[in-house]
Amino acid sequence: MEKRGGNILVLTILVCVFATYNLVLYLQPTSGSTAPLMSETALEGEKIWQENNCTACHQLYGLGGYLGPDLTNIISHPYKGSGYAKAFFNSGVSSMPKFDFSETEKEALVQFLEHVDRTGYYPNLNAEFGADGWVSIKYK
Amino acid sequence: MTRHFPLLFIALGLVALVLGSFIGLLISFTYLDATFLKEIIPFNQLRPLHTTTVVSWIVLGATGGVYYYLSQIKNITIYAPKLGFFHFILFALTGVAIYISLLSGRMGGREYLEYFPLLTIPILVGWILFGFNYFKSLFGKIKNRPVYLWMWGTGIVFMVYHLSEAHFWIFSDIRSDFIKDMGIQWKSYGSFFGSWNMLIYGTAIYLMSKIKKDENVARGKTVFFFYFLGLTNLMFGWAHHTYILPNADWIRYVAYVISMTEWIILIHIIYAWAKSLSKAQKKENSMAYRFLMASEFWVFVNLILALLMSIPALNYYMHGTHITVAHSMGTTIGINTCILLASVSYIVKIISGPLTSKTGYYGFILFNISLAVFWLSLVIGGVYKAVWMSNPENLSFSTLHSESTPIFWLFFLSGCALFIGITMISAPLLKRLYNHMKLSKEQSN
Repeated sequence: MEKRGGNILVLTILVCVFATYNLVLYLQPTSGSTAPLMSETALEGEKIWQENNCTACHQLYGLGGYLGPDLTNIISHPYKGSGYAKAFFNSGVSSMPKFDFSETEKEALVQFLEHVDRTGYYPNLNAEFGADGWVSIKYK
Repeated sequence: MTRHFPLLFIALGLVALVLGSFIGLLISFTYLDATFLKEIIPFNQLRPLHTTTVVSWIVLGATGGVYYYLSQIKNITIYAPKLGFFHFILFALTGVAIYISLLSGRMGGREYLEYFPLLTIPILVGWILFGFNYFKSLFGKIKNRPVYLWMWGTGIVFMVYHLSEAHFWIFSDIRSDFIKDMGIQWKSYGSFFGSWNMLIYGTAIYLMSKIKKDENVARGKTVFFFYFLGLTNLMFGWAHHTYILPNADWIRYVAYVISMTEWIILIHIIYAWAKSLSKAQKKENSMAYRFLMASEFWVFVNLILALLMSIPALNYYMHGTHITVAHSMGTTIGINTCILLASVSYIVKIISGPLTSKTGYYGFILFNISLAVFWLSLVIGGVYKAVWMSNPENLSFSTLHSESTPIFWLFFLSGCALFIGITMISAPLLKRLYNHMKLSKEQSN
């Protein structure tokens, strides 16, 4: 019984720490980015992004699929930008599905990607590497 | 049929494994011909079909095993078999609904949960029913519980938590903060992977104790130390998936420290167990033993990769490349699938005698060799992309893609062999399960 009591004690401590950790994560600002909250149009764009499962092919911050390029900073890319992105939505490369987005939908998608772009860099080319294996990323 | 519900979970899981592998094969060919199947089913619908189907194998295989083993433990009977059967029907019907959702393009678009979001409700109900049945079956029945019972219970509880947390985006405060939303989304996946690992590693420890005929394998300070270490990783180690996301530094620090303890858990236990196993015990359970030993190898290989990936300075280069895919394929196929196939082989041996199928044996060999090539091709592809990403003056993405064609061929051909191997292993197991259920039905009539 002693062992069982010990296990339950450890479990209880872990659960309490986890609950506190979660509350901080959910309720406190955790982002290192200074970007404002998403606008209504950007949220609409994110909805379109999700409903069409763009993540299957594209990544944001390196998270997502591998068939297409990462789009985190497509808007601020010196040779690309919002016009380039818009042109690709309905008539992208051969691997892209045939989408039929309206102008309003394309604008919403651009607003979403603009917001993502404002939150940070990927790849974080100016990150600093520490001798202990730590990486200090550069925030926007 | 009601009393065979654990076997129904397993049989459906095996079907999902074969089907999911086949869809994976179609996906790998898309990397060689981008227009392949585009007019019939585009990639944004095909990929979630693959991930959902293979995740279903893991969930169904693990769930069926837990239900089955629960009924085998002394002094324990399943509290409500009819509820277990209902759980099976609920999951099977939800699976059909998910397929309809993905094929018709009505998607939620969140990684791993791409189906129509409301379909999470029956899945969540299924896990709650599973938890109710599980804990009611155990309540007051057994003292000094072996670690696998703790692990299965933890897996079920955290699966419910994961499914709930993964939908926190419905709250506007979270949804409008993109970085927080993405962080919580990936945190929930940490619980997701951790939960199914609890169910599967618990199964591995159960099998080891039964094959060795020694319950001490699942008891004692060491195994519980590793269980709590695994639980700590499940709770706090998630952020190694998102080191590069501009989250606050403390979140990433916690994940870094916790992640360094990862993976030592299972290899220690399996190593200690294999060392002490007699030749007779190995022979008696040859197929289950083989799969467990294969999982040990894959734990070792993926341990190295996982530890490297958890170091931020290396993660910086590996993140977002096919090395991440190699890690996830190595763990889901090499570790999880091997343990689950060991579990299914063990159950099939109990219900219908030792497995003597040569097809299964050759399938096992093909499975492991092709997985090694498959895994290596992904690592090579990942290194190639990492080099490309670290150069600000890099070539276009399409050039990178076309230059990677030889790697994609290797990836596709080894994927073909892997699919054949999986089918050769699964077919005799499915046949045995079907014959057993058919025979039992005839006898009861």
